[in-house]
Parts: sequence; C-alpha cells; structure tokens
Amino acid sequence: MAKRDAALAARGGKRNAQGVRLSTALLWIAPLLFLALFYFYPLGTILQTSFARGEAGVGGALLRVFADPSARGALWFTFWQAALSTALTLVIGLPGAYLLARYRFPGKRLLRALTGIPFVLPTLVAAAAFNALLGPSGWVNVALMRLFGLGAPPVAFTQSLAAILVAHVFYNTTIVLRLVGDFWSRLDPRHGAAAQVLGASAFHRFRTVTLPLLAPAVTAAALLVFIFDFTSFGVILVLGGPRFATLEVEIYIQTISLFNLPLAAALSVLQLAATLALTVIYTRLMARLSRPLSLQTREIAQQPLRGRRNKLLAAAILTLLLALLVAPLAALASRSFVRLSPRDAPRQTAPTGFTLDFYRQLGRDPQEGVFFVPPTVAIRNSLAFAGATVVLGLALGLPASWALARDSRSLLSRLLDPLLMLPLGTSAVTLGLGFILALDQPPLNLRASPLLLPLAHTLVAFPFIVRSLTPALRSIQPRLREAATVLGASPTRVLRTVDLPLIGRALLVAASFAFMISLGEFGATSLLARPEYPTVPVAIFRFLSRPGAVNFGQAMALSTILMALTGGGMLAIERFRLAEIGEF
Amino acid sequence: MSRIGIRCLALIAVLIGACGQSSPAEPTAPPAEPTTLTVMTHDSFEVSQEVVAAFEQAHNARIRFFKAGDAGTALNQAILSRESPLADVLYGVDNTFLSRALEEGIFEAYNSPLLSQIPDEFKLDPGNRALPVDYGDVCLNYDRGYFDQRDLAPPTRLEDLTQPEYADLTVVQNPATSSPGLAFLLATIGHFGVDSYRDYWADLQQNGVLVVSDWETAYYGEFTLHGGERPIVVSYGSSPPAEVYFADPPIDEPPTGVVTAEGSCFRQIEFVGILQGTQVRDLARAWVDFMLSPTFQEDMPLNMFVFPVNPNAALPDVFAAHLVIPDQTAQVAPDSIAANREAWIEQWRNVTLR
Repeated sequence: MAKRDAALAARGGKRNAQGVRLSTALLWIAPLLFLALFYFYPLGTILQTSFARGEAGVGGALLRVFADPSARGALWFTFWQAALSTALTLVIGLPGAYLLARYRFPGKRLLRALTGIPFVLPTLVAAAAFNALLGPSGWVNVALMRLFGLGAPPVAFTQSLAAILVAHVFYNTTIVLRLVGDFWSRLDPRHGAAAQVLGASAFHRFRTVTLPLLAPAVTAAALLVFIFDFTSFGVILVLGGPRFATLEVEIYIQTISLFNLPLAAALSVLQLAATLALTVIYTRLMARLSRPLSLQTREIAQQPLRGRRNKLLAAAILTLLLALLVAPLAALASRSFVRLSPRDAPRQTAPTGFTLDFYRQLGRDPQEGVFFVPPTVAIRNSLAFAGATVVLGLALGLPASWALARDSRSLLSRLLDPLLMLPLGTSAVTLGLGFILALDQPPLNLRASPLLLPLAHTLVAFPFIVRSLTPALRSIQPRLREAATVLGASPTRVLRTVDLPLIGRALLVAASFAFMISLGEFGATSLLARPEYPTVPVAIFRFLSRPGAVNFGQAMALSTILMALTGGGMLAIERFRLAEIGEF
Repeated sequence: MSRIGIRCLALIAVLIGACGQSSPAEPTAPPAEPTTLTVMTHDSFEVSQEVVAAFEQAHNARIRFFKAGDAGTALNQAILSRESPLADVLYGVDNTFLSRALEEGIFEAYNSPLLSQIPDEFKLDPGNRALPVDYGDVCLNYDRGYFDQRDLAPPTRLEDLTQPEYADLTVVQNPATSSPGLAFLLATIGHFGVDSYRDYWADLQQNGVLVVSDWETAYYGEFTLHGGERPIVVSYGSSPPAEVYFADPPIDEPPTGVVTAEGSCFRQIEFVGILQGTQVRDLARAWVDFMLSPTFQEDMPLNMFVFPVNPNAALPDVFAAHLVIPDQTAQVAPDSIAANREAWIEQWRNVTLR
C-alpha cells in the first residue's frame, strides 16, 4: 500500500492532479447533500410559495422593495451599522487576539472562556446584562449617583445606536479572538525578528510583515462578524428599539405582523444576494492573500509577559476586554443573587441583599406545568443538542474544508466556497418557515423531530467550522505532505501524522464554535416548533415572559447557570486532546 | 468521512434515546394503544400536568404539545403547512390575528356543546371555526410606589398620558413586533376613533412616550418597579395579581395599579380551532370541549394569567382578591380589525417612528 502510493506520488504530474481533483470531488458529497436537503430545498420551497402568493411575481416583489422607502432605509441602515460594528469589533478584537497569541500569562484560559460566553446569551438576557451594568439601577449609574450625589441616573444606554454597536462588539469579539488569535499564535515570530534586525520599526514590522501574514484570518473573521451584524435581529429589536430596523427585522415584521409574504421573500432574496456578493469578494481576496506558511508550535511563538511596556500594554488590552465583555456578565450574575427593591417601594420592608432563593426555587413549579423543566433537565437537553451539533458539524465541515484547502483553484471549489456561507446570511424567519413547508414528507418529515434542532444549528455552525479549518489546512506546506509521501507514508498516515497535528488547534476552535452556536440557539431555531426537550434558553424565556420579581430572579439565575455551563464547556474543549493531536 | 458519519449517527441515536427516556411517563398499560393528538400552541402556553393527565386517561389519548413560536409565528406555520398539517388542533390565535386564520380557512367548524355556556361577547366567529377559550385585558399598569412617593395622582385614563405632569413617564410596545403593543394601539383606536387616534399618538410622542420592541424590555427593562425609569407601562390587567403571586417575600397588596377607565383597555380573546385535515376528529373535538370545560378553564389563570370565558369556572383566590376587570373595554369591531390591521400598523409606524 505504502509502496504504491510512493510510486504514484513519484510519478506525480498530471495524473496526480487528476487524482486530487477526483478525491476532492468525493469530499464534497456529504456536505453538499446536507446543504441541498436542509438548506437549499427548504429555502427554495418557502421563496417559491411566498412569491406565488403575490400577484407581481419575483420581479414585481423585488421592484416593490426598491420603491418602498422603509425597505430602502432598512437596506442602507443594515449595511452601515454592520460595517461600523465590524470595524469596532476588529478594533477591540485584534489587540486582544495579539495578547492571547503572543503572551503566556496566568488566567489566560479563563479569559478565553469568559470572552466566549457573550456569544451564547439570548438577546433578552444580554439586554438584562447591559441593564444590570448600565441601566438606571445598574452598577455604573448607582455608583455615579452615589459618588456625585445625583438625583437621576446620568447614563442612558439602552434604546440607542450606541447600545446596538456595543452589543455587537460584546457578542462578536470572541470570533476575532478565536479565529485571528489562533492563527497569530502560530505565526513564526522570526519573520518579525528578521525585520527588526534589518531596522524596521514596530509599526512598520506590523504593517509589512505581520499584517500580510495575518490577512487571511483577519478577513475571515471580519466576514463572519459582518454577516452576523448584517443579519442582526434580536440586538436591534431589544437594545436598539423600534426606531432601528435591519432587513432581518423588516422581514420578521412583514412575515409575522403584516403577513406580506411576497415582500418578505423579496427582502430575504436581497439579504441573500448581499451575503453572496460579500462572500464572492471575500473568496477572491482570499485566493490572493493566502500563502503556505510554516506554522509554529505555540511554545515557540509565545513568550511570558516581561518588561514594563509590555505589561502596561497587556493591562490596557485586558481592561478593555474585561470592561466590554466580562463586566456585563458579572453584573448579570450579581442580579441572580440579589433581591432588588424598587427605588420607591410602597411602604413595604422588602429585605434587599444576598439571596440564593432564586436558585432554590428553580427546581419546582407550584403549578406543575407540562412545560416546566428542572434546570438539570434543561442543561442536559442543551448539552445533548450542542454535542450533536459538534459531531455533525465536524463530520460535515472537515471534508468540505479539506476539499477547499486542497484544491482551492478548481471550478468546484470556487463555486462552492461562497455557497457555504449563505446559511449565515439567510433570514431565520424565512428559513424557519421553509423547514415547516419543505420537510413534511417521509423520510424527511423532520418538522416535529428533535433532530431538526441540531440540523439547524449545524447549518449556522458550518461556515464557522469551515472558516476555522480552511486557513489552517491551507497553510500546511505541501512539501510536508510530499515529503511524508515520498518517505512511504500512506494517505491515512499523512493525514494522521502531518495534517491532524497541524490543524488540531483549529479543530478545537471549530468545535467550540459549534458548541457555542448550539447552546446559544442561533438563527432559525428560535422560530422552529419544538415539541419536547426544552433547552436552557427556552426555560429562561418561560420565566422572562411572566410578570413578578421571582420570575425575573429565576430567569437571571438560569442565565447565570447558562453562562457557567458555557464557560465550563469552553474550558473543557480547550483542555480536550484528541489522541493523535498533541499540544499545537 | 463514513466512519465519522456513522459515529455521528450513532451518537444522535443515543441522544434521541436518552431524550426519549425523559419524556413524561406514559399511562401504565392502557387497554389499547392510546391515540395521539397533536396540539399546536404559541410559546406562552402552559397547563398543569394533572389536568392533561386527566384528559389522557379519560380518552385513552396521548397529547403532544407543539410550541411554534409567538402567536403570529405559530399561525403562519399552521397556514403554510395546510397541505400536510403539523397538528390536529391550534390554540392561541387571538382576536387580532383571527381574521388571518379565518380567511386562510385553516380551521374546520365545530359546534361544541360547551359553547352554550359561554357568553356571546366572546364568540367572534359565527361559523364556530374558532372557539373562544380565554381572555385577558391589555391595560396601562403603574408603579404605585412611584406615585405615592411624589404625591402625584396616578393616571386614570388614556388622555392623562399626554398631560405635562406625565411627561416622559410612559413606556409602550411596538405594535408591529409585540402582541400587547398591538392591543394597546387598538385600545387607542377604539377609544379615540379611527380618525383621531393618530393625533393622540402624535401627542404621546410630544410628551415623551418611549416605544420599545417587546413586553419583556418594557416591563423588566424600563418599568420603575423592576429597576427602570418609567412608572407607567402597557401590560396586562392580570399583572398586579401576578406580582402578588410571584412576590418574594409575600406581600398583601399588589405594588402596581391598573388604569381601567372606560375604553382604556383592549380585550384580547384567544381561540382554539380544529385544523383542516385532522385524522382524529373525534379526539380533537373532545379536546376542544375539554378546553372549554371548567377543569381546564380553572387551570388557566395561574399558568397563563388569562381568564376563563366559561363563567362556570371559578377564579383562583389571588385573582379573586386582586384582579380589577374593566367594566367596558375599548371596542373595535372584528371586521374593522380584519380590514385595517396592516394599514393601522403601517400608519402607526409612520406617526411614531419617522
């Protein structure tokens, strides 16, 4: 076996290229089948049905979008708020990525885990977190009022554009930290050192050496963040308020409130077209930017924090990350332990202060409702769905990334690469209804099946997995593989001893994204029918939708549990070692 | 790939198995296999286990509840899946969405014998395709402590909110994204008339009303009782008793009051209907009867904070003690809602948001 491969490799040339192309095509089969069944088919069905309900057809509906000032306004707002949010996220995320990539310091793992938690919080919970920090009775306002003896809270945060931007940074910085930080941590620091010897200033070194090398990872992260901000829904509604509407918000209103399905479908198509255009630009750019690098172990690339300047810089970056990403979480968690007395308590002597009551009460429901779940069951359900998403996502994402990395210039790869991103840019409202409409016949009658949830989560996780893995796979020097082959390694052995160790780290990043996306229940899932198995976010929502102090307290307690679960899960994934993959 | 694929399938199979074990225990050894009835609802639906168990036992049935998003999303799903229905029964269409359900013809008529017990004011569909189950009033709530402290009289009618002393005190929800928001818009339309309601909203706007997207943000984010800055909020007539029921430590009096002047609240009525194409019509009918019977009706208030349409159902103590039911809610004819719902929402967006 090994001998034959070596012989084949030695013959090289055209036949080899053909072989690669054939096996690349084979790699595409499973991911494509998945996308065809669970993305294109439902999406096509709902768009067709929606357009059929209008009299004007597809063209007429699209024309109406451009004629409608509120739709035009939504399109413009969607673009610029996404661009601004992405820029801010990079401004915050890149220094953070640098810190995580280049230095070893105590508490680093914990920091990585904490910065990932915002990603999974349901919007209503994130809003509660910001309220606990910056709201009228939040930490900041209470402190300022006490400090300066003010009668009214000085900071007004929610229901503003600033709140939207900050929330987007809060949610998405982890994408930059993870994607860029991982890649950066394995760039060979000697490139920079060489430039330094040649007399380049720090800024010059960054601009001419580091940045070009980092470009693929930065672009990938920026694209993902942009698409997330571009399709933003909950943040816009809850934190921004009704004065702001993205396309996704407009699609929701047209679909659910106004039942104008043709217009909603036209807006969905517009959103898809924008996503596709962006992704095509991105793939073009990528083809130019990516180059094989000799990636290093992190041991080589990282150094302990030494020197005053470095320490000061690290402290500044750390403070920023903690203030933006971790302080709201802490404020939220504190709410679950504190009885809040209204500022104007009506002649009641409500004891305020520390309490564990909200946690104690989580396990029982006075009415013994059908939909009540103890937190343990909700956690188990959430973890089961997240586990299934990780497995399914990696099983599908790995071959797709491989195919992309091996043969990025083939027609197939150039066509398929942008398509992989589409699920992320698809309206959740539209796709959710598409599932209901399309997956209604056996053997695909999945509408009431618990399988639908991990399938939908995988759809969202898929682009993240591919974006995490492809840069790492692409950067593997072909010479390494060739050398191994010439030395007699079988393809499996090459995979095991060359590829896997080099991408082990990226694999963990991909897995943690899939885990987070599933725990946070992104996209269409919030609009899917869910028969049984309430998850933690569902249980949180059940409390939040009822009036009464105990309900709010319990929602905060359960949110804190979700945060702990996410943080713990991330730490576990970080520590996880595949048998063959060493620390890399 | 294939090995990973198989492992992944195996894992999913295990997961499903594990989840399956956790589902509520099925009735022990029934004489025959129980018939399954699927009931589709909105996310806010809740019912006590023992109430469902009683029905299941009496009819040798298994009820599967299927939560399908907010009320509008659930209805859209039912409409779009008409060709191969997702469920046998849909509960939770309210009087603001009723026309959409009836025009799309998703329900089959059922003249339940229980209907004779229910007052006519709740029966908005003469064809009995949609049968009333419960009602709730969307009203202004206010933080009593806030007004007590400042020796300011709480508002007593809608007109008060445009007065200078109530400037910047009110938070309401967007009718395009929130069900109580839409109900409150309809209250203003019923109270001020289709021609003048826009002037009222323009005045509200002038007086610093805050519009947010959803009830949760209004109530838990902006309302003074829960740490916000505005002491007047659009919520439900049932909210004050709920504040008592969910108080910790227990309190005797609700911390909030309700504005119940004539025409200041809008009554939401929720309906149940049997979906066209059901294969278990008899069981579906039995379930609808059950929902209208006192057993189910008496269970609703503490689970969903809505009230029975069947006058034979008694209210739980906490509601009997603290509930204020408006004598006369704002009247908007169902036909008028059906014809103008979308246009009103659009007009409101133009007045308030632009």
